[in-house]
Amino acid sequence: MTAILRLDDVHTDIGQYHVLHGVSFDVPEGGVHVLLGRNGAGKTTTLRTVMGLWRARKGAIVFRHHDITAMRTPDIARLGIAYVPENMGIFGGLTVEENMRLASASGEFDKDRLARIFSIFPAMQKFWTNQAYALSGGQKQMLAISRAIIEKRDLILIDEPTKGLAPSIIRNMIDAFREIGTETTILLVEQNFHFAKALGRGVGVIEDGRIVHKGQMADLAADADLQTRLLSLTAEAH
Amino acid sequence: MTYAAISSPSTPRRVPAGRLAVYAVVLAIGLALAFAPFLFPDVRAQEVAARICIFIVLVASYDLLIGYTGIVSFAHTMFFGLGAYGTAIALKAMGPSFTAILVGGGAGLVATLVLALLIGLLSLRVKAIFFAMVTLAAASVMLVLASQLSDYTGGEDGITYQIPRAFAPAFKLFEDGDGKVARLFGVPLNGRIAAYYFVFLTSLALFLFMLRVVASPLGSVLKAIRENEMRAEAIGYKVVAYRTAVFCLAALIAALAGILRAVWLKYAGPDVVLSFHIMIDILLMVVIGGMGTMVGAVIGVVVMTLAQFYLKDLMQIGADATAGVPVVHQLLEPDRWLLWLGVIFILLVYFFPAGIAGTLMNKEWRR
Repeated sequence: MTAILRLDDVHTDIGQYHVLHGVSFDVPEGGVHVLLGRNGAGKTTTLRTVMGLWRARKGAIVFRHHDITAMRTPDIARLGIAYVPENMGIFGGLTVEENMRLASASGEFDKDRLARIFSIFPAMQKFWTNQAYALSGGQKQMLAISRAIIEKRDLILIDEPTKGLAPSIIRNMIDAFREIGTETTILLVEQNFHFAKALGRGVGVIEDGRIVHKGQMADLAADADLQTRLLSLTAEAH
Repeated sequence: MTYAAISSPSTPRRVPAGRLAVYAVVLAIGLALAFAPFLFPDVRAQEVAARICIFIVLVASYDLLIGYTGIVSFAHTMFFGLGAYGTAIALKAMGPSFTAILVGGGAGLVATLVLALLIGLLSLRVKAIFFAMVTLAAASVMLVLASQLSDYTGGEDGITYQIPRAFAPAFKLFEDGDGKVARLFGVPLNGRIAAYYFVFLTSLALFLFMLRVVASPLGSVLKAIRENEMRAEAIGYKVVAYRTAVFCLAALIAALAGILRAVWLKYAGPDVVLSFHIMIDILLMVVIGGMGTMVGAVIGVVVMTLAQFYLKDLMQIGADATAGVPVVHQLLEPDRWLLWLGVIFILLVYFFPAGIAGTLMNKEWRR
């Protein structure tokens, strides 16, 4: 299967700290792929480096046939990569509609796509004219994801979408991501293994800024020892 | 599917009472300014009305920067001054004609655009505080230049000049049967009234244009940039380009306000078009009115201007009425008007933390 995104020996520094120590992995086209790792392993830094929000000091990042290693963030976004940051990245002072319109290149909505978003996240229709700051945490996450898919994207980078959300909302998110994953490729960064297991096709595990495991999620989900070794998951966590 | 149909049927009905009140006040101010020559025919009131019109444009253009985009600039009076000095120098050199206004104003606008582009492109990449310092330095240099290049600018004394005859008080806009200047509600329809409506209508057009800008998708992008530049970049917006564009736009509108000021006053000098006192006034007006609301500029300008022009008179009345009361009488001495202006400002900030319009527009009645 062809890779939509390829990272090859990517090194990133944040200030004086060397955070990514040669990250290399491929994201195949289609479906949901997961990057797992403990706190501080380098998951968010990897996504931010792909988006150009932090510069790779060394290595290469290739999206389709474009070398995006040194490209500016807006240009990377315009190539068809959407980014949903850990803190949701919505604009609280704008309405739900304005937030969505910002992500639409023409400023107009594709009605079919909007209707699909409303079917996945009915709260977006309900609070369409409300200020985004007044939404709940789960609704803000829904808005951030809705904004990422209001236009056709080739790749969506999503950073810990379940953080701080109630279990019932997480279950809805799983359904939503399955639906979105049918038309676009998703690279998901997660700590919640249950969520990742339910969605992921491919999986990479990052530790101390290095990829320490690559493979299929089904294999990792079936191997409790491997989980314990890579993610320090105990039997109770399963 | 219409957007009206998208809105929630289950959301509790809320009446944006504060918003309606603000719009009603702004409409009342607009009507008062539209009929100011007839409602308040004395010369001082007309000066106040014209100043309010011009400052609404100046303050609203600054709100585009600080309120909508989060850019703190101290160079706004510099652009105001460039428009005013360009017009003044041309009127002085070429004589009182509309051609001189066009040439001088045009030159002021070109100079404004070049300077704004230079400052924007070179400085908007840096942190907000450094950008603010760059604009402060540029404004200081311009103030010194205006003072030093006295052959052109008149130095500290400024320049006085004639304006086109159509704006002179002796000009008869309409004549009655006896060949005298026609009157409407007792007010002579002369060049002074033409000058006022030139200022009023141009200000109105510029203000409506700015309202259109902030209501457009560009307005949403500007607000997004103000909230979080990184997020705006991550969805594909080139923040530096947008910030530079809005900086140039605000500067050009400030220069246009400067042209109006020069035409109305028949005088351009550092104190009335370039000084830092004006910059402080603009900042206070934006804060009092409410940043990021645009209509707040109207309210802020009216409150501040009326206080600056009439607080002393009001205090004189208060001092006369309390002549026998020892402490109160002294406190109400008109010379202490700045003290009371400060008190009013503190109270406004305390009771309207987001400015008058900003605070009121968030008030809702539930039904």
